Amino acid sequence: MSTRLATGGRLVNRAQKMNFTFNGERLSGHAGDTLASALLANGKMMVGRSFKYHRPRGVVASGAEEPNALVNLGTGNRLEPNQRATTTELFEGLAATSQNHWPSLEFDIGAVNTYFSRFLPAGFYYKMFMYPRAFWKHVYEPFIRQSAGLGRAPEAHSRDEDTYEHFYAYIDVLVIGGGIAGLQAALAAGRAGAQVLLIEQTAHWGGRTPVDGGEVDGKPAAEFVEAALAELRGMKNVALRTRMMGAGVYDHGYVLAYERMSDHAPGTPGPRHRLWRLRCKQIVTATGAIERPLCFAGNDVPGVLLASALRDYAVNYGVSIGDRTVVVTNNDDAYRTAISMKEMGLEVPAIIDARAGGGGALAQQARDLGIRVETGKGIAKVKGTRRVEGVAICAQAGEGAVLDEIKCDAVAMSGGWSPVVHLWSHCGGKLDWDDAQSMFRPRASAPPTGATGEAFVIPAGSANGHLGLGDVLADADAAGRAAAQAVGATPPKTAAPQGAGPDEAPIEPVWLMPQGVDIKLRMKAWLDFQNDVKVSDVQLAAREGFESVEHAKRYTTLGMATDQGKLSNINGLAILSDALGQPIPQTGTTTFRPPYTPISMGAIAGEARGKVFQPIRRTPIQDWHEAQGAYFEPVGHWRRPYCYPQGGESHAQAVEREITQTRNSLGLLDASTLGKLVVKGPDAARFLDMLYTNMMSTLKPGRCRYGLMCSENGFLMDDGVVARIDDETFLCHTTTGGAERIHAHMEEWLQTEWWDWQVYVANVTEQYAQIGVVGPNARKVLEKLGGMDLSRETLPFMAWADGTLAGIGVRVFRISFSGELSYEIAVDASYGRALWDKLLAAGEEFGVMPYGTEALHVMRAEKGFIMIGDETDGTVIPQDLGLHWAISKKKDDFIGKRAQERSHMTDPDRWQLVGLETLDGGVLPDGAYAVAEGTNANGQRNMQGRVTSTYYSPTLKRGIAMGLVRHGPDRMGEVLEFPGTDGTTHKARIVEPVFFDKDGEKQNV
Amino acid sequence: MLILECPCCGVRGEETEFHGGGEAHIKRSGPGSSDEAFHDYLFAKENPRGVHFERWRHVYGCGKWFHAARCTQTLEVFGTYSAQTTEPPQDIKDKISARRPGWTWREFA
Amino acid sequence: MSEAQSALRGTWHKGLVTVAEAGLQGMITLRGQTGEAGFADAVKQATGLDLPDTRTIVAADKRAIAWMSPDEWLLMCPYEDAHDMVAGLRAALAGRHHLVENVSDARAMFTLDGDDATLREVLAKLAPVDLHPERFGPGEMRRTRFAQVPGAFWLTAPGAARVVCFRSVAQYMYDLLCVASSEGSAVGYFKP
Repeated sequence: MSTRLATGGRLVNRAQKMNFTFNGERLSGHAGDTLASALLANGKMMVGRSFKYHRPRGVVASGAEEPNALVNLGTGNRLEPNQRATTTELFEGLAATSQNHWPSLEFDIGAVNTYFSRFLPAGFYYKMFMYPRAFWKHVYEPFIRQSAGLGRAPEAHSRDEDTYEHFYAYIDVLVIGGGIAGLQAALAAGRAGAQVLLIEQTAHWGGRTPVDGGEVDGKPAAEFVEAALAELRGMKNVALRTRMMGAGVYDHGYVLAYERMSDHAPGTPGPRHRLWRLRCKQIVTATGAIERPLCFAGNDVPGVLLASALRDYAVNYGVSIGDRTVVVTNNDDAYRTAISMKEMGLEVPAIIDARAGGGGALAQQARDLGIRVETGKGIAKVKGTRRVEGVAICAQAGEGAVLDEIKCDAVAMSGGWSPVVHLWSHCGGKLDWDDAQSMFRPRASAPPTGATGEAFVIPAGSANGHLGLGDVLADADAAGRAAAQAVGATPPKTAAPQGAGPDEAPIEPVWLMPQGVDIKLRMKAWLDFQNDVKVSDVQLAAREGFESVEHAKRYTTLGMATDQGKLSNINGLAILSDALGQPIPQTGTTTFRPPYTPISMGAIAGEARGKVFQPIRRTPIQDWHEAQGAYFEPVGHWRRPYCYPQGGESHAQAVEREITQTRNSLGLLDASTLGKLVVKGPDAARFLDMLYTNMMSTLKPGRCRYGLMCSENGFLMDDGVVARIDDETFLCHTTTGGAERIHAHMEEWLQTEWWDWQVYVANVTEQYAQIGVVGPNARKVLEKLGGMDLSRETLPFMAWADGTLAGIGVRVFRISFSGELSYEIAVDASYGRALWDKLLAAGEEFGVMPYGTEALHVMRAEKGFIMIGDETDGTVIPQDLGLHWAISKKKDDFIGKRAQERSHMTDPDRWQLVGLETLDGGVLPDGAYAVAEGTNANGQRNMQGRVTSTYYSPTLKRGIAMGLVRHGPDRMGEVLEFPGTDGTTHKARIVEPVFFDKDGEKQNV
Repeated sequence: MLILECPCCGVRGEETEFHGGGEAHIKRSGPGSSDEAFHDYLFAKENPRGVHFERWRHVYGCGKWFHAARCTQTLEVFGTYSAQTTEPPQDIKDKISARRPGWTWREFA
Repeated sequence: MSEAQSALRGTWHKGLVTVAEAGLQGMITLRGQTGEAGFADAVKQATGLDLPDTRTIVAADKRAIAWMSPDEWLLMCPYEDAHDMVAGLRAALAGRHHLVENVSDARAMFTLDGDDATLREVLAKLAPVDLHPERFGPGEMRRTRFAQVPGAFWLTAPGAARVVCFRSVAQYMYDLLCVASSEGSAVGYFKP
């Protein structure tokens, strides 16, 4: 059983106890523990069940590559699933639960799957759930949903209590990885004067060096780490940060780095995670290497760990996995584990070295310590189910005949080391297969290239395929210098530190153990622990024709779990290559995609939550609307009052009241959101003639004209009233949603097509609050405010004038979107609320009624006025809407004119605007289609039109609608059928689109 | 996520400050043009693997449009230049020739 | 004048830095051709200010003028003076192709005050701009993006910044700046 040793553990503080719970059980560890080391110290070997077969699984690694030890961390609003115990720092009160089992970790019903495993091979889901089709909805889908996923998502009602943020920084040299290579690279670049940021994903510097030892310049390597840190901390041009992971490398030196500020100390004030959005001139990836498992039967039994992890737990945390550890390896590095164990007084019954020739200096050291070393041997099978009880030894070259059995309670395996090339590869760095070291390593001649076409990523140390301490330091020093030079700094002429370690014998690739293992054992040899993919699954995929590594990956799900195959990918593609009878480089790797390990959704969102989730635009009168309890609707990023319900009124009742009072007396509308663009210059009139379909150059100063704007495709994109201020100056009103878009549209044509025209445009939308004063008493209330002559003679319909009202400077437009006598008053926005209040006060005697957007819509529909976004949808041209009167025939050109001559645009069968009146006075469903005789090629009913706007008209006391109908204007009086979605059919008669005051008498008083 | 240098204000900014505007140096076809010419103007766009000329707007910055010459394969940016021109300037073409000898794009080379 | 209200009426908050809405501020958009003979003189005659270099801002007395684009400047003056200054500029530029518009009410301005390094970090949480002290200093006008909205900022002195945005998103900008300067969120990256 795993336990805490009496001594040792350089990272833990035995004087400081920390309490935590696992599946509700109260346990304790020490400050400095990870959750994994603390669980192991408490004898918790089994930490979860596997995904598919629910096999017992234990901790297998000690870092970010861990596939098994995933837990639900936290509770309630702080619950997070799939958190790696190996990278979770222990804190007081930590609460974790294991995943993927029912009803309990020890007794899991799903474990029966393991007995059916021969019926659950690769591609099982694809094969099984195809037929019969009728089973999908009620049998297969619920089953898959029940068994899908590892951890459970937080409850729907829970809310993340933490905050997150982004941070932008521009740096010369980013060094990713704070191991000995990263430290040396940062030193080399920092000494050259380059601006350096060095980041390390764990809380500790030095990487594997303090565990693995060696000497630098004749002193223990751990001392070099401390000295390097001290020097770096003294450099003003170098910044160092721990708990910060290089998550992804993207185009042009863009890097996402994930900083975890308070995961180790929840409740600390401030953001929990910070996502650094870095722009780096040069990136040094000193990301180290990951040890590979070996593939033998039972390599997933709790107690089988990576050899390096076993010594990490012993050296860093003072935790032993068992009293008797068998080491199995194909390289020299794992001997370090055996030596460590022995030095701590633990038993190492045997080292099983698959290499016939055995190891080098470390092997000799092990033998000198009295350890039995077996060469040319392998493990036939691990004995035990819930934990290791022993191993069966066989010849590596054979089929697995058992030569000996050794009792043990831990197995340390090492299949060699894979450089962490993820960050090198994210942005296109290519890899080479290094046959001698059995690893993919960065191809120096094919690096990721940036904006200038030059390389911007430099791999360093073991991430670059250098495993010996001397090579690592030399390579890292060169990488740091090269990065500094690339950013224009000059490295001083200093020699790289000299690292020294024992001479090592070469690795021999071992992809299967033993080499000729039979199918029964192959089905127990695991490649991907997290997704339960076995050697036999990959071989099956190859047999079934999934020969591309990308296909085999998806078919078997190898490497598709949350660990993205950090342990399994190389072994898997070696098995695939073998099955296909081709060399490994020909098979290649799957694509490395960011992030390196999962990052929190909160970090991605950054500050964007709650009140700053998105910008909400406010008019100068917004406070008043809110105080009235207005019901708001989103219009772009604005929130406009839809209506102002009073008492217990429904929205429909409020809208009816607002319309009736406006039509009968006086309404007020906050129209501040309307776009307002000043277009000025000697060529302004000519420019507007090109932008609008109608003629604007003939508009007289002091007058207004309604205009339509089309895209170059001919489609109607915006409309609004244009006021001519003087000969050279126009004020163009746009729709609420159109202000920024039309401003950009104008700038685009001015800057990129007609750049010799003398026109300036300014967006003054927000300079003015604009208030619609609408209804038969509109003039009276304005006269009460006083200051301007607003008589019919002085300010006729479609005219504007500057003046003052109640002492406030205003511009009054006499325009109407309701059919009533109507003025729109523009006022400097800072005075908007003051004018609004004065209008409310002065209007009291008329029963002044602020109205919202729904009343606006209904009143415009009663008048047959179109609305951009209702009657238009990006496929409608003005001609469809009967707006021929607003399309100039005198102009040679305007934007959209040529397009409107295309055959499809002039097709007489285009649907055209009409009014629709239900026979029963009801309201047509929004968006309903009018059906025609017959069916189309897909067997669907033919259509002949659709509803674009539909409302209940309080004025007419009946439903009114507008729609686009084939040959509509020629079919007045015809009745169309509109099927609803509920089986009913609505009948409506085609009528003129103007329902109310056809002659416009009300607005012309 | 590109980095682009706006030739109008000199800011070397990240892509989120900019807005792409599609292919550069398109000649407008208006009234009087043939159906085919107008169709090509609206819809027929270059989609090269390699050297490409694009329009960009520094939308969160100075608001100006400009042109960018870049490689769609490697994302190398050869240069940015004024929007008020109907063809790439010679110095940009020279820069591309130095990096991609023998390049062609529409009628330019 | 008491009837005029700025977007947030001077709201302020003290976090890592002090964020305050600056109240009513006169602002005028000027567009014209800088290369045109006499243009700069005409602007100087009307405002007393020299046109600034690319991406810079110059201030004198209660006025300032900022470079916005190759043919656009933003003039700042007391709110009460804006209409007169618009009239003065239009008169001075009569006969030239130009545009002068009062945008005092279309914008909101914020002041940020605090420790210089911290202030830079607050800005760098929201704007994709290199705020390293060696590469961004007082006097530079930077138009950019603050999270999801356009904005512009400049440093008036070490530890003092101004931020300008559209009036309608003043509340959003204020909330953003407050969130970015919330307790415990110091990055500690820009060394003093």
